[in-house]
This record gives sequence, structure tokens and C-alpha cells, in this order.
Amino acid sequence: MTETTPTTSLPLPLRVGRQRRWQVLPIIEIVVLAIAVLLPFVLKDYLTIYATRVLILCLFALSFDLVWGYAGIMSFGQAVFFGTAGYGVALIARDLGVTSILLVLPAGLLIGFAFALLLGGFLLLGRHPSSVIFVSLGTLTGSYAADRVARGWYYLGGQNGIPSIPPMSLGSYDITEGPVYYYLTLGILLAVYLLCRFLVRSQFGLALAGLRENEQRIAFFGYQVQRLKAIIFSFAGAVAGLAGSLYAFHEGFVWPNMLGVVISTQVVLYVLFGGSGTLIGAVIGTVAIEAVSFWLSNSYQDIWPIILGVLLLLVILFRPAGLISLILSERERVGNFGRLPEEGDRGSS
Amino acid sequence: MALLEARGLIKIFGKLTALNGADLTVAENEFHGLIGPNGSGKSTLMKCVAGAEIPTSGTVTFGGRDISQASPAERARAGMSLKFQITSVLPALTLYDNILLALQAQCSLPSLVFSRTRGVLHDRAMAMLEQFRLVDRAAEPASALSHGQQQWLEIAMALAPEPKLLLLDEPTGGMSLEERRVTGELLQPIKKKCSLVIVEHDLDFIRDICDRLTVLDQGSVLDCGSVAHIQSSARVQEVYLRRA
Repeated sequence: MTETTPTTSLPLPLRVGRQRRWQVLPIIEIVVLAIAVLLPFVLKDYLTIYATRVLILCLFALSFDLVWGYAGIMSFGQAVFFGTAGYGVALIARDLGVTSILLVLPAGLLIGFAFALLLGGFLLLGRHPSSVIFVSLGTLTGSYAADRVARGWYYLGGQNGIPSIPPMSLGSYDITEGPVYYYLTLGILLAVYLLCRFLVRSQFGLALAGLRENEQRIAFFGYQVQRLKAIIFSFAGAVAGLAGSLYAFHEGFVWPNMLGVVISTQVVLYVLFGGSGTLIGAVIGTVAIEAVSFWLSNSYQDIWPIILGVLLLLVILFRPAGLISLILSERERVGNFGRLPEEGDRGSS
Repeated sequence: MALLEARGLIKIFGKLTALNGADLTVAENEFHGLIGPNGSGKSTLMKCVAGAEIPTSGTVTFGGRDISQASPAERARAGMSLKFQITSVLPALTLYDNILLALQAQCSLPSLVFSRTRGVLHDRAMAMLEQFRLVDRAAEPASALSHGQQQWLEIAMALAPEPKLLLLDEPTGGMSLEERRVTGELLQPIKKKCSLVIVEHDLDFIRDICDRLTVLDQGSVLDCGSVAHIQSSARVQEVYLRRA
């Protein structure tokens, strides 16, 4: 019965003040950033190009982590926004001759945002909250349909996609693959990461946590859950669009697979493998899968997909919270959203 | 004028008529108890009032406004707050964040994104935790609390936005006798602040805190009145004796 003993009149010290301890997450983030900054100095040129591609995929993975890891929306069609933005900027470069980074990247971002708003509006803005299954299948269908449209539309290059996209430019300088593109991508990834981190640790992030934990409950507090979902879904679509446009210019061509189910599933695996709802887990998962794939495909050319598949299954079975859970506690993963109460900080009632 | 008026509520689930023309009137600052045998429609009536269920027919008026078809979020924004029968605190979040989540529900999107109300709401969050004797565990996850304490946390969350009407569905379910006594103590001070509708099986508990009672039986109102009136009602006693 000690739990019910009134405590209001007792000058008990607050345990909360003493519970502060080292935060692991910022340390992981700084280490990952330091490695990323130094990487081009130790990598051969062709590996720097590969690493750039991985960084772009990290950006794409952040978009999925936002919707699934923070808001509990299972988007199995995140590639729609990645691919449509890729196609969009490829068409702008091919047909309009516009390659300025100051125009094409914002255009890719807007295309991703607009398509996510459209699909999200249809899937999420009903009178009643949509089920996880409905949203998963709806986004998956969107991805499949976009892939089929691209394959069948001559203007988009059909099965072959759009080749030979001119390089992105800044003034008269062409930004081609290599260290410059790598650091440009790293800078954008860092900026988007910090923006996402700010967002998910804000009071808006607390609302997202409520959405993920118990959507029905927070509706009874007065939250407009469908609107919240549509907002984060569209924001994540913009991030995916930014990644898609960087990818298109880096690779120099776009093709229907960029919109399809395979890459949509791939991004789910990146996030689940690294650990959802941490942002850095999405980055680590992407790097880990891509690095292991690269190494396995060189070392075991015939059976590497099987080895990779087994490895993914093992991690998802035995570490359902992903690789990040090996070093990050559940408490720190969820985090705090308000001002942590200090010792002696009590309410006025 | 009554704060809440539900008139002729009918709710049919398939072949089951859960409510059959039930009425409920709650005045401002009134503590109103809903009692009745199992399956009498108490929780369904509560859900129809809160917006968790839309009645097949009938009207619900709150503060003079017809909210019969309003969503739960719209009802919450009008000043209604619900504590579910099954405890539904957010277990992964700290107690503090659970309260903050309830407090910030009606803040604008920009103020949430830029965390503008974090400082303003801090004192209110701490005051709620203090009031419900949970302040020294503010930074612990809600999953670490006992069942009774989770119930208190949920009542605190429901009360945090300062509603005009608080709906409590079996707030003492699964509590020990001592926890029930403390829950009664915790609820008394809110009488000055809002009205209360409470569904409860513990008749001693409900008798101690309520001003008026509505007795339901088979989806209809059997009787309604003061606690003394209900205690002396032959019809009510007959129903309870029949079920006993």
C-alpha cells in the first residue's frame, strides 16, 4: 500500500533530477558524421561514387523513418515520391535545359511533396482513421502503378527510362560525381537530418509519438489525427523527392525501378535493419546493408543475395528494434519531449 | 441550463439493442453516476456521449450545441474529456510527456513545431502530476506504474486540458480498496472545476462522490435522481435483487 501513500505534504526529493545520465545518441551521431566527413580521404574514387549513392539512399531512408518510425504510418510505396521527383528533374533537365542546383533540387522536393500530399490526402484524410493495412496496401499499389505507368509511357522513355541527364550545375560549374557531389550530398543529408531531429524532438514530435503509440487515444484529446498524418506524410514525401532528384543527377539516368516495389521494400529494410524511430538507425541500416551487399557481391558472386537475406532475417528476428538497439536503450530511443523536471521543481497546486 | 443533454439515444449493434431510448442530463459542476447491471448499456451510453460510437438515433447536446455527429476530436475541443474503461496511457512515454501530450492537444501547428508552449505548459503538467501524487515519478515511463497509478495518470491526462465535462468509465476497475479510497479523495477537488459523468460498479464509491444517479437497465433509464432517491427506489432495488 505504500504506492498510495499521499506524498504531497512530504518534501521528497524528486528522483527525476537524479536520473540524468550520459546520452548515447549524440555520441553515435557525432561518430557517424566524423566517419562520413573523413571517408573520401581514404576511399578510392570509384568507392567515393558508391558512397555518394549510399548517402542519397540514407536521405531516402530518413523519409521512411519519419513516417513509420515516428508516426506509425506503414508506407510501402515511398519510392513513388523518390522516383517521381527523379523523373521530374530529369524531364526539367532534358526538355527545359534547366540544371541549376538552385532550381532542380527545390523542384524535386516540391514534386515529392505534391505527390505525397495527393496520395496521403486520398489514403489518410477520410472521416475515420485509416488502418495500417489500408495505408500499406494503398501505398504499395501506388508504387506498383507508378512503375507500370513509367514503363508504358513513351515520353518517359518506357522500360529504358531517361538516359544521359546533363549534370547538375552551379553557375558555370558542373557538379559531377566524385568528392564534390559527395560533400554536397553529405551537407544536404546533415541539414535534413538536423531538421528532422528538431521536428521529432519538438512538441510536434510528441504528437507524432502519441499517434504512433495510440492513435485513438489522442483523438479523444482533440488531436486531428488524420491531418497530423497527412502533414508528416507530405513532409517525408518532400525528403524522398529531394533524395530522388539527387539520385537522378548522380546516376545520370532514371528508370522505372526508381518508382517500384523493389526499392520501396528496400527502404523498409534499411530502416528495420538499422532501427526505426531514431533517424540515425535509418542511416546506419542503409550503410550496413549497402556495405555488406557490396562486400558480399564481390566475395560471393553467386550466393550473396541468399547470405544477405539470411543476415537480414536474423537481425529482424533477434533484434527487432534493429542494430541501433545494441547500443541505444529503449528509453533514449523514445526520448523526452518536455522540459525535464528538475529537483525541487514542483507544481503550484 | 444543463451542460449535457442526451435525448432518446438508441444504439443497435446488429441484432443487439444496446441502448433503447436512453436519456441523460448533467448540470454544470454536477457529479453524475451511471449505474446498472452488466450489459445495461452504461458504457455504450458513455461512448455515445464521448463520440466513440455514433448513436443509431437520438441527440446529444453539449453546452447548447448539437454534437450528435461530431468526431471525438471535435467533442474534446468543445470541452469534453474521456477516460477509457481500459487503461490507455502511452506506456513508452514518461508520465510528464503523457500529461504534456494531453495539455498541448489544442495548440496550433506552428506552436507545436517550434515548441512555443513547452514552457507555458510545464507548470500545468507538474501541477497535475502533483495533484495526482505522481510528481516524483515524472521522468519514468508510464509502463513502470502499477495499475492503480496508471488509472490515476489517465484521469490526470483527461483532466489536464481543463474540460467542462469529464467522462470516467470505471476509474477504479482493478484497484485495491485503499486505491479506491484515494481515487475518491483525488476526484473531490475537481468538483469546483467541471462536471463529471462516471460509470462504476462500486456502489459505495459512487454513492460517496455523486450528486445524482441514473440507473440503466436493458438499455433504458430505469430511474434518475439524487442518491437518496435512488437508494430508496423500489424499482432499482428490484432490478439489483433480480440480478443478484
